[in-house]
Amino acid sequence: MLNQLTISELSAKLARREVSAREAVQSCLDQIARVDGKIHAFISYDSADALAQADAADKRISAGATHAQQPLLGIPIAIKDVLAVKNQPLNCASKILGKFISPYDATVVEKLKSAGAVVFGRCNMDEFAMGSSTENSAFGVTRNPWDISRIPGGSSGGSAAAVAADECVASLGSDTGGSIRQPAALCGCVGLKPTYGRVSRYGLVAFASSLDQIGPLTKNVSDAATLLGVLSGVDPRDSTSVPQPVPNYAAALKSSPDGPTIKGLKLGLPKEYRIGGLDAEVKAAVDAAVKKFQALGAEIVEISLPHTDYAVATYYIVATAEASANLARFDGIRYGARVDGNDPAELYSKTRGAGFGDEVKRRIILGTYVLSSGYYDAYYLRAQKVRTLIRNDFLKAFETVDAIVTPTTPTAAFKIGEKSDDPLQMYLSDIFTISCNLAGICGISIPCGFTRSPKLPVGLQLLGRPFGEEMLLKIANAFEQNTLWHRDRPVL
Amino acid sequence: MATAEIDIKYVAHLARISLTPDEEKKLAAQLGGILGYIEKLKELDVTDVEPTAHAVPMVNVTRADEIRPSISHDEAMRNAPKQANGLFIAPKIVE
Repeated sequence: MLNQLTISELSAKLARREVSAREAVQSCLDQIARVDGKIHAFISYDSADALAQADAADKRISAGATHAQQPLLGIPIAIKDVLAVKNQPLNCASKILGKFISPYDATVVEKLKSAGAVVFGRCNMDEFAMGSSTENSAFGVTRNPWDISRIPGGSSGGSAAAVAADECVASLGSDTGGSIRQPAALCGCVGLKPTYGRVSRYGLVAFASSLDQIGPLTKNVSDAATLLGVLSGVDPRDSTSVPQPVPNYAAALKSSPDGPTIKGLKLGLPKEYRIGGLDAEVKAAVDAAVKKFQALGAEIVEISLPHTDYAVATYYIVATAEASANLARFDGIRYGARVDGNDPAELYSKTRGAGFGDEVKRRIILGTYVLSSGYYDAYYLRAQKVRTLIRNDFLKAFETVDAIVTPTTPTAAFKIGEKSDDPLQMYLSDIFTISCNLAGICGISIPCGFTRSPKLPVGLQLLGRPFGEEMLLKIANAFEQNTLWHRDRPVL
Repeated sequence: MATAEIDIKYVAHLARISLTPDEEKKLAAQLGGILGYIEKLKELDVTDVEPTAHAVPMVNVTRADEIRPSISHDEAMRNAPKQANGLFIAPKIVE
């Protein structure tokens, strides 16, 4: 079934003219028709438009276009509802954007299109990327394909579920505190958060501007490398993007003739990540993964990230403060839904009161508070200083190790509704992923096992130094090539 | 640092978000709990630590002050909730 293939496998078949792009896209659409009633990974999708793009790709292939020139030619890629795609709805899973149709393409979408991809679908997410379960969507919950009574993770829950359920070949998500890596872990796929500044944020609806990054969710590491190569690069329209050259990430994985080797590389295990709340089966899977790395010749080194315990508190000040500023634009004047008022302030308040969901309101108000006069120094400024300490922990660790290994999440997927009443509990479940965004470094989650009963995916996280994605992908690929976890698929 | 009590009405007004009395009560309790947790940042000595506003060591990224193409007027108006004569309609700000 074409929808079950990876980017590498499908592009090879397309290049050999064994199958058409139309057949590949139709295969995804058929799968969506078959399973998305249960999973709800998609808020919406435009079949006619997707097939038209596929036909255009087929024409180009017939005319001689190659995958060497356009690595994603004919490949169906689903898009998180937080990214602008011209003439498609852009809602960020919120009511406040009303019937907004995007007048432009995000830079990453332009890049996908230039690479020949079929860009389709609006994947469900937590509203404005605020959440860890995709329960905060105004368009319904997404269910974990491995167990539909459970969450897929968030905020890129739809993107992860779509990949796990073979409703697309790969997808894009965004990650501010773990929102690509955590759902990838809970859904059993690969999720990569690039170094801050690696990928342009132009066209990504901003949540926390110093933390947000766009990244791929894929079925294997080599596909993540392929997509990263397409997405990366400095962009004059995003002045926070960094003019760092883009290596050929996919080619680097193939370059070793004897297969991938990590002999002699040093992997750091942070002692502070051995927390009480770490589920026994998750711990067992990660411990087994560490043994596998040792068997492959890597050296395991215990390291310390002393400020780990302060990361969640720091994040929920910095991210909410930035969010309160970024979401001020949703005022019912230039776009989106509007509730009228007698004066501007009333119009704004009523529009925002009606249009934002609970979690978004919670974070905007918290962010407004920590920035307000009298509290700014005590909260926001202090948090920014702690952020420096957290970043320094990592930079210091990378002086002695090549990558850091951790569980991605403390538990496997929890049940829908289990944590939605206690926001703080939900926030604490981000403990392993959050520091990565604060420090601005890169991180990837890869499948490393399953819980016994029910069978739920467990994710392994690797963290790399700034612009160290090549090393990260190399290590992740070595693990994947020597295990079979990534091959399992949920029964739907 | 302040105690973990937040003047919800005042902050909601700053944020221009209207809340029902029920929402106010619930939020006050939840945010109180979150702020209580955040107090742990007080444990750290941050003397002489520079704040990180931006994780990458880049400053002053500018471009030449030249006019560049942008989206068209029509495209900019396309999602307007209320418009007339190519203008966004908004309530009167100055009496």
